[in-house]
This record gives sequence, C-alpha cells and structure tokens, in this order.
Amino acid sequence: MAVETKHKCNVGLTGNSAVAYAMKQINPDVVAAYPITPSTTVMEEFSSYVADGAVDTELVTVESEHSAMSACIGAAAAGARVMTATSSQGLALMWEMLYIAAGMRLPIVMACVNRALSAPLNIHCDHSDSMGARDSGWIQLYSETVQEAYDNIIQAVRIAEHEDVLLPVMVCLDGFITSHSIENLCLIDNDKVKGFVGEYKPNQPSLLDVEHPATYGAVALPDSYIEARRQQSEAMKLAKDVITDVGKAFEKVSGRSYGLMEKYRMDDAEVAMVILSSAAGTSKVAVDEMRKRGAKAGLIKPRVFRPFPYLEIGEALKNIKAVAVLDRADSYSSFGGPLFTEIRSGLYEFDKRPKIIGRVFGLGGRDYGVHDALAVFEELLRIKDTGKVDKLFDYITVRE
Amino acid sequence: MKKGWKETPIRGIILEAGSAHGYSTGGWRKLQPTLDRAKCIDCMFCWVYCPDSAVIVENGKMVGFDLEHCKGCGICAMECPDKVKAITMVLEEEEKEAK
Ligand code: SF4
Ligand code: SF4
Repeated sequence: MAVETKHKCNVGLTGNSAVAYAMKQINPDVVAAYPITPSTTVMEEFSSYVADGAVDTELVTVESEHSAMSACIGAAAAGARVMTATSSQGLALMWEMLYIAAGMRLPIVMACVNRALSAPLNIHCDHSDSMGARDSGWIQLYSETVQEAYDNIIQAVRIAEHEDVLLPVMVCLDGFITSHSIENLCLIDNDKVKGFVGEYKPNQPSLLDVEHPATYGAVALPDSYIEARRQQSEAMKLAKDVITDVGKAFEKVSGRSYGLMEKYRMDDAEVAMVILSSAAGTSKVAVDEMRKRGAKAGLIKPRVFRPFPYLEIGEALKNIKAVAVLDRADSYSSFGGPLFTEIRSGLYEFDKRPKIIGRVFGLGGRDYGVHDALAVFEELLRIKDTGKVDKLFDYITVRE
Repeated sequence: MKKGWKETPIRGIILEAGSAHGYSTGGWRKLQPTLDRAKCIDCMFCWVYCPDSAVIVENGKMVGFDLEHCKGCGICAMECPDKVKAITMVLEEEEKEAK
C-alpha cells in the first residue's frame, strides 16, 4: 500500500516503505527493477506511486536484474536521474553491469536490501551481497534504522551527482530486520526534499544530446584504460569530503546529522566494537550495559564503507586498548571479514594501535542478541588485561 | 604526447566523432586484396560487403583499399561478380616484396 501522509514525525513505516517514499519524493526520471526478496516491496510500493500518477517516473519492468541495471545504465547515460533496488542474488546477477555503471561514472542510486547469498539458499540478512560488490566502484552507505535508510537514500542522490564524484551509490539496509520492521521516523517535506536533491543537470554530453554527440562505452585499449580507472579512483577519494558536506547540508533541512561514522560512548573508551547497520543498535545496548558494570566500552558504526575512511576510523581507534570488528560477511580469506581486514590494515598507519580481533556473526539472518555483544566485550576486557589475543579470527552466533 | 588522466574526458567517452578512423587496425592482415582496375565494373558490391569500410570509392569509382583498416578477410574478393573477379587476395609478404 502506498503511503499518504501529512505528518512529519512519528510516522510508522517499514524500511522498504520509507525507501519507496523517499524515491517518490525524489521523483526520479527512470526506475528499472526486477523484484527479489527482501527488496521487493520497495518496487511494489513505488510502482503504485507510478500507477497513481504521484511521480513522473518511467518505470521499466525487465526480465532480470542484469537487464535492470543495464536499463539503468542506458537511461543514466541518456541524462536521466535513475534509481533501483535489489538484494542478494539479484545484486549478484547485476555484477558485470555494476562495474560498467561505475566505470561509465553514472550517478545511479540503488537500495540494496542486504540478504545472504546462496548456497545454501537463504533469504535473510547478512552483508555477503554488498560486501562482494565492494570492489565494483560503487559508493556504499550502510543504514542502522529505517530513519537512516530514508535519510541515506535522499543524500545518496546528491552525493552521486556531485561533479567531483559522479559515481553510483548503493544504500544498504538490513533485509527483514530493517526492511520489514516498522519504526517511527521523521519524514521531510516534499518541497524540502525537492530543493535538497535539486534538478539533475549532467555536466557532460549525454546520449540524447544531439548538439554534442559523444561515444559512450567505447573500447579503451592499454593506451587509455588505466587513465579512466585512475579518474575513477580519484572520484572515490573526493567522495569522502562530498559525503561529509552533503551530511552537513542535510542536517540543515532535517535536523539529523550524518558523517562518515557514528561514535557511541567512545570519548573515554578502553574497549570498542566496530559494527555495521542494524546490529549496531543491539550492540549499543550492550555498551550501555558494560558501562553500568563499570567497563569503559564504546562503539563505532561506520556509515560509509566505500570510500573506506581508514584514517578517520584509525584515529578513533588508535588509543583504544582492545577492539573487536564484527562482520556480517566472510571474505573467505581465512583471515577475517572485509571490515576487519580493512580496519586492521588502516591501523598500520598508526604507531600506537589497539589489539584487535575479527568476528563473523549473524550470517543468513542468525540472531545476534545483546548477550552475544556482551560476550564480545567480555573477551575484549580479557585481552585488555592480559595483552593477549587467543583467536584473531573466529565466528560467533554459531553452534559449536 | 597523449593526455594525462586529469585532462582526459571522464566516463571513457569520446567527444570527437569518427575518431576510430585514426586507429590502425590493419596490422594483423595475412592476405591483402589487390584490384585489377581494368576488370572492375564499379558495381560497388565490394563496398557494400566490406565489414570494415575499407573499400575506397571516389566519384562513383572503386579506386582501391584502405590498408590501415582492411583486415584481409577476402569478402570483397568473394563478392566481386564471377564474370569480373577484379579482386585477388595475395599473401601480404608477397605483395610487399613485389613493391
Ligand atoms: S579484404 Fe575484407 S576488410 Fe579488406 S577490403 Fe576486402 S572485405 Fe574489406
Ligand atoms: S565488386 Fe568487383 S567489380 Fe564491383 S566495384 Fe568491387 S572490385 Fe569493382
């Protein structure tokens, strides 16, 4: 059911409804999508906005996610503002087109409702899908709550289309946990959203610009390919400041501030956890509990994984005694999940750095509770006291 | 000197029309088409069928081949009408030696 609301705050929406509502407010030129659990209801609700004439969007229903991203690429190259949504196998099927969207520097915004990858077949949350796409050249924002998913979608449009960036943005939210749970959130007025995202004016000739014909998607041999990739790398580097600036501008219209990460009770912390998305909420409860017990616990929730803010995270962790990085995806290096290995690598820049462990948790939607987070903090306290790491990398929330 | 990455247009787009013409693709040809102008009836079959637009036509007359782009596939020689057969494919080295 499409949302009709005049209220601003205390609106109860699921994550997917909030994403669809943000898309309605953004009113993109083209949306091309193929349904897949748990992202399906984003498109279900958005298509009812299209049917009701609430948006001007050209909705392209395609036969697969590969075609969905292909249609998005074509439309974006033609100068349209383009959005889509997917999950899991759908994202995996888009794989080759993800790289093309990024390489062609097309500012497509996609909601990625995180879900495990087969096999075994599973429809529930983990980050295997988006983490697998981490090298595709897309900016990645991770959302803890329904509010953050809504806010990130709106900010993503401005980040993607910024002239220093021109890269596609993936806004991740946890499948079912966030996508299908109703939370209270504050919506922004239509006019304010419209003003915030502005009108998209491509600053380069698009496919439909007959006055300035240009060739898109041409072959680039060894004499020119690496220059295009170098530009892409630079855009990703510049995206970091753009994300920060857009976050500040967003605060002016919403009252909610966004940066590269959220620091929770980190000021005097001695032990800390780093964790993405909805599980950060659970872990904050554990931080409060540890504080009650007299332990100086803190938490960092990175919001931005691509570009990876390794210096900022390193700066926030360098004086901590023991850190646990929790990954909801394994990268099968037998060394640790993607967040763990990158944070550990970033800390190498600092002379003083904490003891650090990596833990994979919650794959395929396995519950991660406050007691799981507390057990991790207890282990960190032992490491802090003994200075010894028994297991660098391990799984938790698994039956032994 | 070619442009550095800061000066190259982003997106890998090419802003100049027809720039592929400046790129030589004829380097790996094994057989080379040769034209016997006396036999040619300017029917333009070769021009129509050449997959690389490598048949040169001037003022309605077939005058020869663009060897920077001809890949030596022999389609032109094949399509040239049987009663004419104005195009012969010859080994690239032999043609070079002959010159
Ligand atoms: S040999 Fe092939 S490429 Fe060369 S002119 Fe003939 S048809 Fe064209
Ligand atoms: S096909 Fe043969 S006869 Fe016709 S234009 Fe070409 S070379 Fe001449």
